[in-house]
Amino acid sequence: MNTSLSWIKKYVPDLDVTAREYADAMTMSGTKVENFEELDRDLKDIVVGEVLTCEPHPNSDHLHICTVNVGKGEPLQIVCGAPNVAAGQKVPVVLEGGRVAGGRDGDKTVGGIEIKAGKLRGVESHGMICSIEELGSSHEMYPEAPEYGIYVFPEDTEVGADAIELLGLHDAIIEYEITSNRVDCYSVIGIAREAAATFGKEFHEPLIKKTGNDEKASDYVSVEVVDKDLCPRFTARVVKNVKLGPSPKWMQRALASNGIRPINNVVDITNYVMEEYGQPMHSYDYDLIAGHKIIVKRAEDGQEFTTLDGQVRKLDHDVIMINDAEKPVGIGGIMGGENSMITDSVKTVLFEAANFNGTNIRLSSKRIGLQTDASQKFDKGLDPNTAELAVNRACELMEEFGAGEVVGGIVDVYDEKWEPREVPFEPAKINALLGSSFSGDMMLDIFKKVDLQYDEKKNVIIVPTWRQDVLRTCDLAEEVARFFGYDKIPTSLPSGAATAGKLQFDMRVLALARDVAEDCGFSQAYCYSFESRKAFDKLMIAEDDALRNAIEIANPLGEDFSIMRTTPLNGMLTSLATNYNRRNKNVRLYEHGNIYIAKSLPLTELPDERMQFTFGMYGEGDFFDMKGVVELLMRKLGMAKKPEYSKTELKNYMHPGRQAQIFYDGVRIGEIGEVHPLVRRNYGIGDRAYIAVLDMPAVIPFATFDRKYTGIAKYPAVTRDISMIVPHEVTAAEIEKIIAQRGGKILESYSLFDIYEGAPIMKGFKSMAYSLVFRHPDKTMEEAEITSAMNKILNGLERMNITLRA
Amino acid sequence: MIDIQEKVKEIQEKAIAEMNEASGLDVLNDVRVAFLGKKGSLTAVLKSMKDVAPEDRPKVGKWVNDARFAIEEKMEETRKRLDALKMQKELAEEEIDVTLPAKMKFIGHRHPNTIALEEVERIFIGMGYEVIEGPEIEYDDYNFTKLNIPANHPAKDEQDTFYITKDILLRTQTSPVQARVMEKGKLPIRMISPGRVFRSDEVDATHSPSFHQIEGLVIDKNVTMADLKGTLDVFAKELFGPETKTKFRPHHFPFTEPSAEVDVSCFKCGGKGCRFCKGSGWIEILGCGMVHPHVLEMCGIDPEVYTGFAFGVGLERIALLKYEIDDMRLLYENDDRFLSQF
Repeated sequence: MNTSLSWIKKYVPDLDVTAREYADAMTMSGTKVENFEELDRDLKDIVVGEVLTCEPHPNSDHLHICTVNVGKGEPLQIVCGAPNVAAGQKVPVVLEGGRVAGGRDGDKTVGGIEIKAGKLRGVESHGMICSIEELGSSHEMYPEAPEYGIYVFPEDTEVGADAIELLGLHDAIIEYEITSNRVDCYSVIGIAREAAATFGKEFHEPLIKKTGNDEKASDYVSVEVVDKDLCPRFTARVVKNVKLGPSPKWMQRALASNGIRPINNVVDITNYVMEEYGQPMHSYDYDLIAGHKIIVKRAEDGQEFTTLDGQVRKLDHDVIMINDAEKPVGIGGIMGGENSMITDSVKTVLFEAANFNGTNIRLSSKRIGLQTDASQKFDKGLDPNTAELAVNRACELMEEFGAGEVVGGIVDVYDEKWEPREVPFEPAKINALLGSSFSGDMMLDIFKKVDLQYDEKKNVIIVPTWRQDVLRTCDLAEEVARFFGYDKIPTSLPSGAATAGKLQFDMRVLALARDVAEDCGFSQAYCYSFESRKAFDKLMIAEDDALRNAIEIANPLGEDFSIMRTTPLNGMLTSLATNYNRRNKNVRLYEHGNIYIAKSLPLTELPDERMQFTFGMYGEGDFFDMKGVVELLMRKLGMAKKPEYSKTELKNYMHPGRQAQIFYDGVRIGEIGEVHPLVRRNYGIGDRAYIAVLDMPAVIPFATFDRKYTGIAKYPAVTRDISMIVPHEVTAAEIEKIIAQRGGKILESYSLFDIYEGAPIMKGFKSMAYSLVFRHPDKTMEEAEITSAMNKILNGLERMNITLRA
Repeated sequence: MIDIQEKVKEIQEKAIAEMNEASGLDVLNDVRVAFLGKKGSLTAVLKSMKDVAPEDRPKVGKWVNDARFAIEEKMEETRKRLDALKMQKELAEEEIDVTLPAKMKFIGHRHPNTIALEEVERIFIGMGYEVIEGPEIEYDDYNFTKLNIPANHPAKDEQDTFYITKDILLRTQTSPVQARVMEKGKLPIRMISPGRVFRSDEVDATHSPSFHQIEGLVIDKNVTMADLKGTLDVFAKELFGPETKTKFRPHHFPFTEPSAEVDVSCFKCGGKGCRFCKGSGWIEILGCGMVHPHVLEMCGIDPEVYTGFAFGVGLERIALLKYEIDDMRLLYENDDRFLSQF
């Protein structure tokens, strides 16, 4: 919503503030000013001059040498290039040292352009005669200005007067952000009412003169509203003997400053009233209304209609239509029809000011694909009581402009009248909510400023129908707060009983996981929750894999963001690929975020959101580095048992020989592996890459921050090494299982310290060496105990076709 | 007699002189052998006692013992001197160029969003707020209806919602967690709820279809707008520095009344106006208000007994402002050269 400051001042004549003061104060009282443009910001020393003489320039085919009387001192010699300059004209003249806003092409220069004395093709020039564009405005705003050339004032203009003032350029265009609750402020009057209250000035609402001859509108036209739910009110008035022509300059300028193109007096009046009252109107050529009858009803499904912009629109049963006795003549609240629009031959005009259901207009306008100034006002949900004011105001302006003869009376179909609302006045509650101590009288003063009247008998505030946002005490509290100023409300801290601030357990687990990941060289990535279905192909996920049962977004931002991810791998590999492309070396990333697993598709209940902690890396490091990170994290999470790595379920996106599902205490908690070379190729990662994913809902039940001290061993440990030749297919896990099972209670720990495959070891075998540590918690061990444990282990190993090396 | 005394003196001086000249610890053993050992010169004097008149023997004994003590004392002193000398030499040899490059452990870096979030969490946990999360895929009912945004409310359009079904959507705000927590009915409530939210905005320098908010909610008896102002003032000062001022501007949100937008004084220029704050001296950081009584009612809380305030702040907005990141896309590219600056 835009208004000029001068239009506001029409209703608040005592308002004497700069645009900056206005913008700041209005913003602080709740009418947010997004931006303002002072029209005279870059204009300086511009007066009305009279062109005394005007001769062609001897060295130019288009320049003129003028002498100009500027009301004081000697006439100035000014060289002027405009084709329309002539002796006798009254023109705007920039004096030496003055400024204009820009060039004659309408392009503005920041800070303006200073005009200095100089020579033009050898002839001195002291000042400049300017066009409306050079004054920073436009032909649209000043329709009397020539399309190309200098601006010319009326003959009776006083020489030497301030030209900026005369042109009304001591003004500003204000751009507001109106919040959706303040429907009334989508109008100049609504904003002016706020401005008056903000600055404590009187608000002068236009008093609409009664208009109309002795005839009755109801003799001209009848109105029937069939679908009253979609059209709660319809008012119509008639103006005959219409003289179509341009509207007055002030009205054209006012419309132009709100961004509306002036057309003719009838259309301009409806647009002006729409801006002024926020009530859209429509004007019909009365003679084109068949049967002089208006019927308001739903359109037929599939019905077609040509709007006044010449476009054919396809309608449906939820669109409200204005019809005459034979045919539709307009889409209610959105746009009129070509078949009844005002043309130059119009003799009698039918004005409509109606009220339509806001939601219906919004949805219809969306479905039809047609948003208009009218629909954008209606879709906020207007006060039906404004319709009558608007249609009468339009007739008043018709009469004032001599644009036609207003027919008496009004046709008004309005069954369910909106009445003012009553809200109990409870100053103590208002203060309790605000934490303030304003007196009841102070509050009532504020309410009065915005037409919220107090009924002392009932102790209620009477809320006018245009204030649809004031329903209960908290709304009154807001009025109090914003007009006293939010800054007048004191500051304090909640006084209630103390509460324990804390993170939830799963958040603490994640925080610790972040620490461990970063200690291991991984930086944190953030990935999108939605992605493309193509991700499944890039990851070579099988056609029938459950991962493909992704939740689809009904209205996505394109295919790339169309499904909710079921795996974190695409995000991780995309991020690694970005780094690889940019030649970053040795990149390690981690990410934690949800995957979304539907319980059934299409969704009937919320899906399972599973937090995944994902590691990814390329460059230095291999599978076992990755495994080390995972196990370090588990240790830090108090998960003391040994995880198991299973290769029974192979994933296509990982190297078939270098992947495992991770189990803890029999529960699958994640997976780890080298990225399959083909998948790497799909993402464009040139180095071997490794990933590990922990399914946090599975991990968290095992995590604990509890620790118990178990003492430090007092008795000496004995170390024994085993070196063996092992069939290739026997895994470390199998060997370790034997060692752990057979080592007994005195086996404290064991570790692999050497593994080798290749000559001189026979093909199909590998050499492995473990170091075993024995210790008894309560005594120094006997040699025999150790030997016995060792023998058990060795026997077990031999049964697995393992031979011991000397 | 005099001869003996002279001789002992001579022996003592000789031994001390040898030790004074010594530069290695081996001298101590040499001295012990040559003077104090079985065949040492001082021992020889003792052995010659039998030739001394018995009445003089104690005297001679004393001379010899004094000399022995003096030599042993000197030996101890020499050991210390030579030890120190040796240590000094070794240390001198071990000198390093301390300006050579440091050996640094290769560690990872936290994402600026998380750093900002942890900062915010720290502030509110300190004020007794619990951190509670809610689902990212949410019912329309929680995202809108229970927040006073009924079906066909224009605010639903404004938020450019991603829908999955008619009733299930990607939450457009963290506010639905308010309703979820209030419904549980455990009062009072002091919580913040950080999380991912989604709106149908194309990716550019200042927009992302997925971003993060932090919701705050306090419900108790006698909670006032003054409490809201005070709380957010503390928050802004903690986050942006003790000089920070806050400005509350009236605004409209369907689920709070009165509502406000909050600006903080520009922490770059201190409020004078600069490029960072677009000349205004203020930077908008959050929206807030007193929980609408109808929202309380819908969640089964009696607005005649309880009041509360709520606020919502964009996490990316804070991260971008605080770390002077000029393009939101950087936050989701995960370029190591970006991440390693945090």
